[in-house]
Amino acid sequence: MFGRVLALVIKEFLALLRDKQGRFVLIGPPVIQLIVFGYAATFDLKDVPYVVYDEDRSLASRELLARFSGSKAFEKVADVLDEGSIGPMIDNEKALLAIHIERNFERDLIQGRHAAVQVIIDGRNSNTAMLSLNYVNEIVERFNEDLSRRYGIRGAPARLDIRAWFNPNLESRWFIVPGIVGLLTLVVTLIVTALSIAREREAGTFDQLLVTPLSPFEILLGKIIPGMIIGLLEASFIIIVTVYWFGIPLRGSILALYLGLALFILSAIGVGLMISSFAVTQQQGLLGAFLFLVPAVTLSGFATPIANMPVIVQRLTLINPFRYFLVVAREVFLEGAGAGLLVNQYWPMAVIGAVSLSTAAWMFRRRMY
Amino acid sequence: MRIDHARLFALIKKETLQIIRDPSSIAIAIGLPVVLLFIFGYGVSLDAKHVPVGVVADNPGAETADFVSGLRQSEYFEPIGFGSMAEAQEALMKGDVNSVIWMKSDFGRKIRGNGASIGVFVNGVDANTARLIEGYLTGVWGQWLKRRAVMSFGTDAGQGAVLESRIWFNPDVRSRNYLVPGLIAVIMTLTGALLTAMVVAREWERGTMEALMSTPVTIGEILAGKVIPYFVLGMGGMGLSVVMAVYLFNVPFHGSYIVLFIASSLYLLAALGMGLLISTFARSQFVAGQVAIIATYLPAFILSGFIFDIRSMPLPIRILTHVIPARYFVSILQTVFSAGDVYPVILSNTMALIVIASFFMGIVAIKSKKRLR
Repeated sequence: MFGRVLALVIKEFLALLRDKQGRFVLIGPPVIQLIVFGYAATFDLKDVPYVVYDEDRSLASRELLARFSGSKAFEKVADVLDEGSIGPMIDNEKALLAIHIERNFERDLIQGRHAAVQVIIDGRNSNTAMLSLNYVNEIVERFNEDLSRRYGIRGAPARLDIRAWFNPNLESRWFIVPGIVGLLTLVVTLIVTALSIAREREAGTFDQLLVTPLSPFEILLGKIIPGMIIGLLEASFIIIVTVYWFGIPLRGSILALYLGLALFILSAIGVGLMISSFAVTQQQGLLGAFLFLVPAVTLSGFATPIANMPVIVQRLTLINPFRYFLVVAREVFLEGAGAGLLVNQYWPMAVIGAVSLSTAAWMFRRRMY
Repeated sequence: MRIDHARLFALIKKETLQIIRDPSSIAIAIGLPVVLLFIFGYGVSLDAKHVPVGVVADNPGAETADFVSGLRQSEYFEPIGFGSMAEAQEALMKGDVNSVIWMKSDFGRKIRGNGASIGVFVNGVDANTARLIEGYLTGVWGQWLKRRAVMSFGTDAGQGAVLESRIWFNPDVRSRNYLVPGLIAVIMTLTGALLTAMVVAREWERGTMEALMSTPVTIGEILAGKVIPYFVLGMGGMGLSVVMAVYLFNVPFHGSYIVLFIASSLYLLAALGMGLLISTFARSQFVAGQVAIIATYLPAFILSGFIFDIRSMPLPIRILTHVIPARYFVSILQTVFSAGDVYPVILSNTMALIVIASFFMGIVAIKSKKRLR
């Protein structure tokens, strides 16, 4: 039996790597996506363009504004001399936010009256708006603290002392890139397996396979093993790029990561073979893979948290294997988790793999009789 | 290029019949927008609400209870009490809470001397959510300070500069209001580029393209015969998406429909141009589909400013985004929906779309002619 399966595995690899197209699908898109995603997929703000309308022109207002121009997050595009010029600047996306310091700001500040700094933010992209508002808040807080220390003005009775764990500088790349390990592994494994049986059906070689002494289980194994090898190789390559090129720390146990990876690939192969066993043509296989991939990626927590979704959609994500692997990848990379903490992520992937593979096997047999 | 109306009409009729008879075209043009809008409209949100936070008060008292009640009133937090820091840390590790707020035993005493500190530990793995939590927390803290100041001094003035912020165009800061319009660009890319590329590739695969070429129809008629039916189909998908965005997801629409119509037509022409261009060299449906996904769908998704703000990208990538047509369309969509007809934004982006659309259509016309010879 071992010899027969081995022959099938070799045949499978030859079929995949023989033509230029097949090789390109395995290597081209993952590399392009890794680079583009790694660099472009970020929520961190820098060089937010802003305009200043400083009516006060005092020492205090200048000091506050100096903190903005000294910050890497902000980039001043203009000083305006009247309030009317602010609107068009924001409307036309020349500036994302406007800082307006009213007359008598310094006087009110020292005399302990209401010293207002007005900030107008372009809310078209609400996430960017919230983040830049946070940055502005931080700068004003620090300004107030220094002020109260220097002039003995009554400061706030309690300060917030915020520290971020696992990702001290809150770089979103640390969040996105470990997820890409799973994303690309999923895409490649799924496309390879979703097309494999459909391709044989189109070429008529599947019927030939069925008349050989191979049992359905052996055929299934012959499809699983190449997918597993390709998935593991692809993932290892991406993990190396993640650690050495993007400099993301790998703090946890590699064993825990690979255990999760193996289960994840198994479940992806299961879904791929299931799609493949239903599809009659390659185009249907491709369409099926695409129809599975889009929701699987969107509803996985890859870019936007699952916790923000409505409860019904959150329940739906429980059948998505990518969801579990994302937790494994992030916990192992950033939180330094070991296998023990991740059991609750491992078993659902194993169940999804078992169910989808059995369905695929059942479909094989049904088509055979 | 001379175009004979009778022949063009016949081609359009043939294409329309094909669209109606082949369920997969209808599925991509009408089914896919609906499914994608549902998934994204309901599934994709960057607004964290009711975030579970652990609260540890070493020495519970009136002061700590006051702060926690401020947290409880905020719609952003769901405070959960823990007896000790060790327990709270474990919950943070397990992911049961997103952050831990720690008020040490001397909190009540130090607060009278203006020297108390509230320790906050945020799980930074999801950096974006962590930043939002920080921001919400700072807001809750600021409100609490104000309340305390009013209670003890009768006024909230005198605590340094006070930030008064106004968020224009999207005062509720709902991420759906910009994600759903942006999604329309992604969907139109799929119908425009993917569908057209696959359809032309199918004609090559089946050999019907050669048959067409042996008839008296000109290349201009063949191209127009492809563009016009899929343009109509794409605009149908577009209209459907806008209706869903406005009536199902309650995304406010402040601009004018005529501006939206013109911008969408231009973008659809650019997308159709890309699709036809892909089909001039990709002659099999498999390759056409792969290339269309990589060259049009993914950039429209990642590099257009739809989810990830272009302003945050590194300079080389920011330059690269200028050749992505979706970038201009997303900018128009977000402006037309949330801000209204801001002509400087609309005109500059529309100009870019005109240039790109005519560029792709021009290349297609030149390339296709050569193929005929």
